[in-house]
Amino acid sequence: MSSHDTPVVAKSQAQFEYDRHHNAVHMRKQVINFAIMIFLTFIAFAVVAAGFSKYFIAPLVLLLACVQVVLQLYAFMHLEDKKTHFGGVIAFFMWMGILIAFTFFLAFLTIIWW
Amino acid sequence: MDFNTKFTPHTWPDHPEQATMEGKNKIVGFWIFLACEVVLFASLFATYLALKNKGPAGMEFTTQGLFDLPLAFAMTMLLLTSSLTSVYAIYHMRNFNYKGMQTWLAITLLLGLGFLALEIYEFQHYVHLGFTFDQSAFATAFYTLVGTHGFHVSLGLVWITTLLIRNAKRGLNLYNAPKFFVAALYWHFIDVVWVFIFTAVYLMGVIG
Amino acid sequence: MSSYTQKKGFGAAVWDYITTVDHKKLAVMYLLAGTLFFAIAGFEALLMRIQLMKPNNDFVSAGFFNELLTMHGTTMLFLAATPLLFAFMNMLVPLQIGARDVAFPFLNSLGFWLFFLGAVFLHLSFFMGGAPDAGWTSYASLSLYSPGHGIDFYVLGLQISGAGTLISGLNFIVTIITMRAPGMTFMRMPLFTWTTLVASALILFAFPPLTIGLLMMLVDRMFGGNFFDHTMGGNTVIWEHLFWIFGHPEVYILVLPAFGLFSEIIPAFSRKRLFGYSSMVFATILIGFLGFMVWAHHMFTTGLGPTANAIFAVATMAIAVPTGMKVFNWILTIWGGSIKVTTPMLYALGFIPSFVAGGVTGVMQASAPLDYQLHDSYFIVAHFHYVIVGGIVTALFGSAHFYWPIFFNRMLNEALGKLTFWVFFIGFHLTFFVQHFLGLMGMPRRVFTYMEGQGWDQFNYISTIGALMMGVGVILMVINCLMSIKGKPAGRDPWGDGRTLEWSIPQPIPFYNFRQTPLVRGLDPWWIEKQEGNKEATFAEPIGDIHMPNNSAIPFVISLGLFIAAFGALYNTDADKPWSIYVLIIGLAITFGAMIVRSVKDDHGFHLHKEDILEIEEQLYGKGGNK
Repeated sequence: MSSHDTPVVAKSQAQFEYDRHHNAVHMRKQVINFAIMIFLTFIAFAVVAAGFSKYFIAPLVLLLACVQVVLQLYAFMHLEDKKTHFGGVIAFFMWMGILIAFTFFLAFLTIIWW
Repeated sequence: MDFNTKFTPHTWPDHPEQATMEGKNKIVGFWIFLACEVVLFASLFATYLALKNKGPAGMEFTTQGLFDLPLAFAMTMLLLTSSLTSVYAIYHMRNFNYKGMQTWLAITLLLGLGFLALEIYEFQHYVHLGFTFDQSAFATAFYTLVGTHGFHVSLGLVWITTLLIRNAKRGLNLYNAPKFFVAALYWHFIDVVWVFIFTAVYLMGVIG
Repeated sequence: MSSYTQKKGFGAAVWDYITTVDHKKLAVMYLLAGTLFFAIAGFEALLMRIQLMKPNNDFVSAGFFNELLTMHGTTMLFLAATPLLFAFMNMLVPLQIGARDVAFPFLNSLGFWLFFLGAVFLHLSFFMGGAPDAGWTSYASLSLYSPGHGIDFYVLGLQISGAGTLISGLNFIVTIITMRAPGMTFMRMPLFTWTTLVASALILFAFPPLTIGLLMMLVDRMFGGNFFDHTMGGNTVIWEHLFWIFGHPEVYILVLPAFGLFSEIIPAFSRKRLFGYSSMVFATILIGFLGFMVWAHHMFTTGLGPTANAIFAVATMAIAVPTGMKVFNWILTIWGGSIKVTTPMLYALGFIPSFVAGGVTGVMQASAPLDYQLHDSYFIVAHFHYVIVGGIVTALFGSAHFYWPIFFNRMLNEALGKLTFWVFFIGFHLTFFVQHFLGLMGMPRRVFTYMEGQGWDQFNYISTIGALMMGVGVILMVINCLMSIKGKPAGRDPWGDGRTLEWSIPQPIPFYNFRQTPLVRGLDPWWIEKQEGNKEATFAEPIGDIHMPNNSAIPFVISLGLFIAAFGALYNTDADKPWSIYVLIIGLAITFGAMIVRSVKDDHGFHLHKEDILEIEEQLYGKGGNK
């Protein structure tokens, strides 16, 4: 199938308004997601600036970073979109990359030691 | 229907970026590329973590003495906000509002430019202090990691600018919609990498 | 007569190949380029073997021997085996999944030209002040202090050709995910397509660490970086990690498609469905995954500590399980089949025991305490040549015979093919079997000569004789290929036993592959059609317009720009060559200029209309079209 085969379909007024509304609601959700991200960032910087124990800060900021990345991937980048991403194949590749990345961190932090 | 078919808001498809096979391929291909970039940045991060604070005997620079939280916070805010503005741009693309999309992409560009300016200022500041690229293994790893991210940001800026100029006069069609969408994906990914940089490099650096 | 059916002049034909985005033409180009580098690297191996034929030989100097062994390894892995497998992937994958081309034809061409010009750049080092000489692994503690520009050629050449490989890998992944014909579900894909998918995923995740490692080497050697300099806080072990994080999956990148090729050949000539198809798929994915978790077994003697060594040893041994599954599946496919011992089948039958031998010595080395003994000895050389020659080269030779009609619409000579097999196969075992014993007797690898009286003389002599036999085998193979030019057209499904879609296409294959997209009704679709007495694949659509991509010279120009820029970067460290910076800038300007032209110029491709298709088919297959 190429662009050649894509039919041009005019939407009915009701469909058009529904889609517009749907997009607007979606956009509002994105702004909320953004607010959450800003909030998480703020907490991360705040705990460091407040000078808590590093054994409390380190795991907390790492956790916050992971939450934020998952939010970016799923909310802003739509990684969950099964229909257009060939049934999760894309998400599989992405998570595989993340898993392999994790083994690098583990190895470089543990067995490069002199 | 051709790539150059003119649309109205009523005929514009719901997911214009995926209406053609070329568009679908482009998006799948770009995601796969991003998976590859994850591993690329992971190699740089892992090396940085292994070389953090390592230098010749008696090196006076450490992450704790060097990094400045307010600056990193400002950079983070600029880049995070630019991620939201690119979401707005795609929202307007879906609504066939070309002017809106152009405006929000231009705002994204400005925020990205601001980020880049702060980064250049930061690097220049460090070099001024004597923390040059060849000063220590730590310096080399730091500049390479953050610099590679900065290079990605500049590439994104050039990319989006080129897209805007090229399509300035011809409006949205099914040929350029996937291009805008993919550029926005790239911009989000830059943000994802930055989240790890400000956490692993700056925040974890300040606490030592 | 339309422009599609006109004969072209020589210049136009060359231009056509430089600008082509057709996966079949690119496959032929990969085949030719891969064969060229295979011959060069094989010649280097022969020079080394002649040097080692007798003790205290002075056929080549010690320094040149280092260059030979480095270039032999680098060329064979990056520039011979990879492109030869890419030739088969490019040719077969779109045909096997019923697609008209790959997902990104432009990137396919870019991948080829980056690989080719990167490879040429690396080989120019021989004529421009010395080749790299730190081994194909180029460990930082050696390569940082290697004088001259040899290592710089290695770093820049591999960076460019590695980018090409990465681009091609990405392209295959997207092609397989999105371009499958109707009915071609993941679990109906031919095994070669499956292994290509997994191998491409490995390329995708393994090449970035290499890119970063090379970047660090570049920065350290040319711009005063300190990644690997221990006096400045750096650590040479980081290079070893990054290199092997890439290097171990690289082995699977090469061997998995080889497994896939044999998984096509064995069922065809056993005339039986592949035994345990789903377990084969599972084993492929598992090998791919485990391949990323075992890299440190190349570094047991680096001193990672007993815990790390134990973990990596266990993970390494675990890979033997899925590999064993595959071996049993092949044997059980042959078992009870109606076997035809053709040349490809002969290679497959030779492959199984040879590869198992290589795999078993691998499990021996996976045991860390024993590896302390075997490390850097000829035992290692014997092991990986059993895997690579016994696994990959036999696959390449066997499937060259098998798929020659798909590539060129000609058959290779069977009698000569069988002779080639026996000469090559006996030569291979003669060369490498005795090297196991040399290793156990203590002969270290990568030495340019040895003293007499250590009991190594006899075995080294035998090994060299075997290497010469392998050389003769390769020459016979090339003669066979050249002879096929004069052969008769092979026609559709010339073996009579083709199972998958690529055999269902009438020969010669038109540039749009499928006049109508086929409908896939099960595993081995062409076999199903033949079982039902059909002379033609079942189609999923009526004859209609076909959308095809335009040719483009831009990939060549982008690659050429990087090729030029690489010379600038290379000589930039020399104080007496101030012009080098301009070469660098001009090269990069060409590359980025070409990229910008690509971005701003619309490329919609073109439509091939029904009348054109019918005219092309009439010209290819005679009046009445393809019936």
